[in-house]
Amino acid sequence: MSAAFNIMTIIAVSAGAFFFFAGTIGLLRFPDTLTRLHALTKADNLGLGFVVLGLLLQAPSIRDGLKLVAVWLLVLLAGATVSQLIARIARQDGASG
Amino acid sequence: MTIASTYEVALAMIVLGLAAWIITAQKSFAAAGGFVAYGLLLPLVWVRLGGIDVALAEAAIGGGLSGVLLLGAAARLGTTETAVVAERPGVLVRLLASVLSAFIALSLAAVVLLLPDPGPTLAPAAVENSAATGLGNPVTNVLMAFRAMDTLLEKVVLLLALIGIWSLVPDRFWGGRPGMRHEADPRGVLAFLARLLPPLGIVIGLYVLWVGADHPGGAFQGGTILAAMWLLVMMAGLMDAPPISRRWLRLTLIAGPGIFLVVGLGGLWLGNAFLAYPSAYAKPLIVAIELAMTLTVAATLGLLMAGVPERRA
Amino acid sequence: MNAAVVFGLCGAIAIGLGLYGLITNPQPLRKILAFNLLGSGAFLFFGVVARRGAAVGLGGDPVPQALVITGIVVAFAATALAVALLLRLFEMTGAATIRADTRSSPADDPEA
Repeated sequence: MSAAFNIMTIIAVSAGAFFFFAGTIGLLRFPDTLTRLHALTKADNLGLGFVVLGLLLQAPSIRDGLKLVAVWLLVLLAGATVSQLIARIARQDGASG
Repeated sequence: MTIASTYEVALAMIVLGLAAWIITAQKSFAAAGGFVAYGLLLPLVWVRLGGIDVALAEAAIGGGLSGVLLLGAAARLGTTETAVVAERPGVLVRLLASVLSAFIALSLAAVVLLLPDPGPTLAPAAVENSAATGLGNPVTNVLMAFRAMDTLLEKVVLLLALIGIWSLVPDRFWGGRPGMRHEADPRGVLAFLARLLPPLGIVIGLYVLWVGADHPGGAFQGGTILAAMWLLVMMAGLMDAPPISRRWLRLTLIAGPGIFLVVGLGGLWLGNAFLAYPSAYAKPLIVAIELAMTLTVAATLGLLMAGVPERRA
Repeated sequence: MNAAVVFGLCGAIAIGLGLYGLITNPQPLRKILAFNLLGSGAFLFFGVVARRGAAVGLGGDPVPQALVITGIVVAFAATALAVALLLRLFEMTGAATIRADTRSSPADDPEA
C-alpha cells in the first residue's frame, strides 16, 4: 500500500512542479502585469495544491495533514489578496500612464 | 552525485545568483525585492543544514520583516537614485574592492574545506544537561537555559535599537505616533485581509511559541508572527500606531527583559548563580519568561518597523 | 560534497559579494542591503559548523544555531536603526548620500 502511496505522491508533486514551471514561464513571457498575475496565481495555487495533495499521502497523522491543508489555504488567501492589490495599482497606472 | 547533493548545489547556485542580483541590480526597489526572495530561499538552505528553528527565524525576520523594511525605504528614497548613482567609485576602487572580496571569499572557502574532521561539538553536552530544564527542543534549551545571558542581553539590544530610532524624532513630535496614518479602503481587499488573518495569525504565533518547548519553534519566531499581524492591522488603517509615550506600551516593551532580570536576580538570591533556575521550577519559569519575551519581541519588532514618530500623539 | 561543504562555500561567496557591494555601491540603502547579505553569509558559516557537529541523534549542534537566531534578531534591529537614520538624513537634507560635500543645506525646521 505504501508503494502505491509513494507513486501517487511522486505523480502529484511532479504535476505541482509542472504547474509552478508553467507559471514561471507565464511570468517571464506574458506582456503586461495583469496577464502575469493571472499566470502566477492560477499556476501557483494549483501547483501548491498538487504538492500538498502529494504530501498528504505521506503525512504521519490527520493533524499533520490538516496543517498541510491549512498552509495551502493561507497561501491561497495571501496570493489572492496581494494579486488584487497589485492589479488595482497596475490598472490605475495603466489608465493614467 | 546523489539527488540530495544535486539539489543542494542547485539551491546554492540559485541563492548566489540572487545575491549577485542584489548587488548589481539597477534600481534599489528591485534589489530589495531580490532580498526578500533571498531571505525566503535561505530557510531551505537552513533546513538542509538541520537548523529548523533558524530556518523559521530567518524566514520570518530575515526575509519577511527586513524585506518589508527595505522595500519601504527603497520606495521612499526612489527619487534620490539618479543623483547618488553618479557617485559610483572609479574603476581602480572597484578593481581593488573585487580583489579584496575575492581574497576574503577564497580564504573563507579554504577554511571551510580545511575544517577538522570530525568537527568539535557541544551536542552531547547539550543533550546530557537537558534534564535540568525538562524541555525537548535543544535549541530552546540553549537559548533559555544554557546561554540565557545572551538572550537577556539581546532583549536589551533590541530596546536600545528602538530607543536609537526614537531619538531621531524632531522635538515637536516627541511622544507622538510613529509613521504616517495609513488609509486603506475600509471595504477593500487589504482591510478584509486585516480582519480575517490576525485571529489566525495570533493563534499560529502563540502555537509556535508553545510548541517551541519540544519541537522547532520558540519565542522569537512566535513573537515575529504576532508583530506581523499587528503591522498588517496598522497598514490597513484599522488601528493607528500607538503614541510612544503611552505607559502600557512602555510596560510591554520592558516586560520581557524585566521578568528575565527578576528571575535572574532571584537565581542569584535563592540559588547559586545569576540566571540559575531552581530545578523544580525550571519549566514553569522558562515558560513564563518566554511568554513575556514573546509579547516584548512582538511589540519591539512592530515598533522598529513603524519607525520614527512623525505626528503628534 | 556534502551539505556542509556546499553551503559553506555558498556562505563564503555571499560574504565576498556582500563586501564588494558594501564598498562599491554609493547608495546607503544598497550598502545596508549588502551588509545584510554579508551577515547572512556569516550566519551560514555558523550553520556549517553546527551541521558538522551533528551527534547523539541531533541534526546539528544546537549552540551555534542558537547564536545564529540571536544574530538574526540583532541584525534586524541594526538594519532598522540604519534605515531610520537614512530616512531621517533624507528628510533633513533632501538627498540620500553620505558624501559630506554634496549635501545641501538642511531643508526643514530649526527645532529638528
